[in-house]
Amino acid sequence: MPDATGLELLAQRIRGAVADDAVVGTAYQHEQAMLEVAPARVREVLTYLRDKDEEPYEQLLSLHGVDYLPEEPRLGVHYQLLARARRERLGVKTRVTVEDPVVPSVVDIFPTANFHEREAFDMFGLLFDGHPDPRRILLPEDYEGFPQRRDFPVGGEPVLFTHNEHKYPRWYE
Amino acid sequence: MSSDGNGNGAEHSRPDPLAAPYREREQSVTLERVGHGPAAATEQLEPETELFTINLGPHHPATHGVLRLLCTLEGETVLDVKPIVGYVHTGIEKSMETQQYWKAITFVERMDYLAYNFNAQAYCMTVERLLDEPVPARGEYLRVIHCELNRIASHLFWLGTSALDIGAITMMWWALRERDYVLDLFEMSSGQRMHTRYIQVGGVIDDIPPGWERKCREFLELFPARIDQYEALLDKNEIWLQRLKNVGVVSPERLRELGVTGPLLRAAGDPWDLRKAMPYSAYSDFDFQIPVGTVGDCYDRYRVRMAEMRESARIVEQALDGLPEGPYITTNRKVALPPRHELATSMEALIHHFKLVTEGFRVGPGEAYCAIESPRGELGCYILADGSAKPARVHVRDPSFVNLQALPEMSEGGLIADMIANIAMLDPILGGIDR
Amino acid sequence: MEVVRNKVAAPGTPAAPGTPEDFRAKQLSAQQMLRGDLDGRALEQYVEERVMLTTLDKAQNWARRNACWPLGFGLACCAIEMITVIGSPRNDISRFGAEVVRASPRQADMIILSGRVSIKMAPIIRRIYDQMLEPKWVIAMGACSSSAGMFSNYAVVQGADKFLPVDVYIPGCPPRPEALIYGIMKLQDKITNEPSLGWRKRYDAEGTEEPVA
Repeated sequence: MPDATGLELLAQRIRGAVADDAVVGTAYQHEQAMLEVAPARVREVLTYLRDKDEEPYEQLLSLHGVDYLPEEPRLGVHYQLLARARRERLGVKTRVTVEDPVVPSVVDIFPTANFHEREAFDMFGLLFDGHPDPRRILLPEDYEGFPQRRDFPVGGEPVLFTHNEHKYPRWYE
Repeated sequence: MSSDGNGNGAEHSRPDPLAAPYREREQSVTLERVGHGPAAATEQLEPETELFTINLGPHHPATHGVLRLLCTLEGETVLDVKPIVGYVHTGIEKSMETQQYWKAITFVERMDYLAYNFNAQAYCMTVERLLDEPVPARGEYLRVIHCELNRIASHLFWLGTSALDIGAITMMWWALRERDYVLDLFEMSSGQRMHTRYIQVGGVIDDIPPGWERKCREFLELFPARIDQYEALLDKNEIWLQRLKNVGVVSPERLRELGVTGPLLRAAGDPWDLRKAMPYSAYSDFDFQIPVGTVGDCYDRYRVRMAEMRESARIVEQALDGLPEGPYITTNRKVALPPRHELATSMEALIHHFKLVTEGFRVGPGEAYCAIESPRGELGCYILADGSAKPARVHVRDPSFVNLQALPEMSEGGLIADMIANIAMLDPILGGIDR
Repeated sequence: MEVVRNKVAAPGTPAAPGTPEDFRAKQLSAQQMLRGDLDGRALEQYVEERVMLTTLDKAQNWARRNACWPLGFGLACCAIEMITVIGSPRNDISRFGAEVVRASPRQADMIILSGRVSIKMAPIIRRIYDQMLEPKWVIAMGACSSSAGMFSNYAVVQGADKFLPVDVYIPGCPPRPEALIYGIMKLQDKITNEPSLGWRKRYDAEGTEEPVA
């Protein structure tokens, strides 16, 4: 991992190269580096990190959605980057609200993001702008709702015990 | 689902990507890419060269699990493959948010259901990172031993079922026979053959019983000879070579772009293995090699996994030789259950036991991502902790999910039989893909 | 070459069953039967030893249970244990006549639901079950197909018996191969002992036929 000072230097370089408002914050905890980026600048930051930085991160390993309820903005997208030559990992995240969950798609920068973005849409309702195939991947195509949001119920049935078995009849009754 | 086309957010004047009818979005084949454009399709296409879309459905004997493949064929040549997954989606990540951290281990083990110790290892490593909790040396060694035995078992199962798909039916019997020995060892150490819940936060759940080491060494003694037998059957087999040689070749650069890791990437010539590159647990103590292929075809993938089995056996042997004494789980009573005999004498042990069993340990707010090398590639676990006893978000970056994106590239242009061989050598585990 | 002839007791003289003399006596009487040489008491005794009386139902059930061909249908982790039962030399399913795992539902007798049934997969399982020809049986292997197991959530059907009539439930997560074999033996007992009514009547499922357009 880049250490804390390396992370700050990286944030400075990104601010200089991309835009001043690109990097919203940095976090370094448990020896893991995390950059927070504005949603509109995601593509430029990731392109910069992949190609032009003096310490590039060339591989995207994971792209996943997170629901930060009750903090606002609620939905987040995490990009987990890897620099193979330097054996370093970097986490990049953006936060969007539920009312406007649009994040630019990075499929043309990192082709591996295809399935990941579909899963993030499936589970959280994050709309990836420019994704070639925006469909649900894990749930049935006509499923309504986004299950992994924190306010979506887990579902399932109550377990039948003696005290409630007459309240929830079995399927043969 | 929010509609952002016409409502609030006037600065985003992009069309709603989901406004198009579903059937239009789901194209089986992009005709421009295969050279049969929409105009050409109607004019110059002769009846004999009609494109034929079939469904290698979720219920199929040769797909490893419930994988659905929408194939567009021209004769026997595969023009386009679209994998459709989700038929065993279990909502494990959502269920884990409702369970305590140590109860969630049973859930996460059932994702990649052939590499259960690896799932648990990735998850426990991430929790330990969030807790800043070190694992004692004996615990690390026991984890490594069980993980490498699980790698051997997973590769043996892969070998048996892949050979079955390609036609060498004898291999299934032999591979499952050896796998039964490994499962006997797991049963001896943890009581269960699969989904052993052996790896816990802070170490392992229990020490290995007396006699386990002897039995393990007996297995390790007979195992290399068995691999020799498998290789004698398959390596130079004419049918095997014809089915696998030069089939499904993808360049390592393209594989890296697609995020593919594990034996597929190593078979293409890229020696990236997290056990050596970014060592975790006790792997830096052991001397082992990383088998790397040259061409990147299915035969290389087969050879890489066979060699990996040998290396795993070597690692287990070295670990057994150097197994240190000491506790097998962290002595921090706030995280790990105290041993049973202490409950009769110590009040603090009783209180800790009670708190851990009813509420569980709390993890301070934070997020972490840790990755390990599972038999299929990089298995990463991301946990968002919010200070309570239950994780707020767990995401497992499953290697099969990402490796599946390489299947269309591997299969296009080949025959259906080659696609079956590609699926077999890709080693997808649908539980991991669908989670 | 020396030829040794052993004296054999005349037919009618009882020899101890299981001895070589008894076997030889049976061989000779069969030879005589084929030639038509047996008469009277010897003929009656011959026939009594070889004829069994049973009902057609029992014979049918005996045939059905000893050759119950499973459909090759594995969903998740229980499928690994199922493959271990079918394919491992230690647990051998062919002694129950069930090693012929058919790929096509039209040719299969029983379906072993091994693994969690997700909501996306449930209609497909139902369709495959409908394609099987009667008589057909269902074994719900493992906790997930019996009752959703530990996955009480939005994505798993809470028990396969929500949409299929299940005959045998096998608990376990995953059940040991011996447990699956015990379940198959229980199914065999069920086939033997229960009168073979139509399955729709058995599960009160009359009127649930789904017309396929």
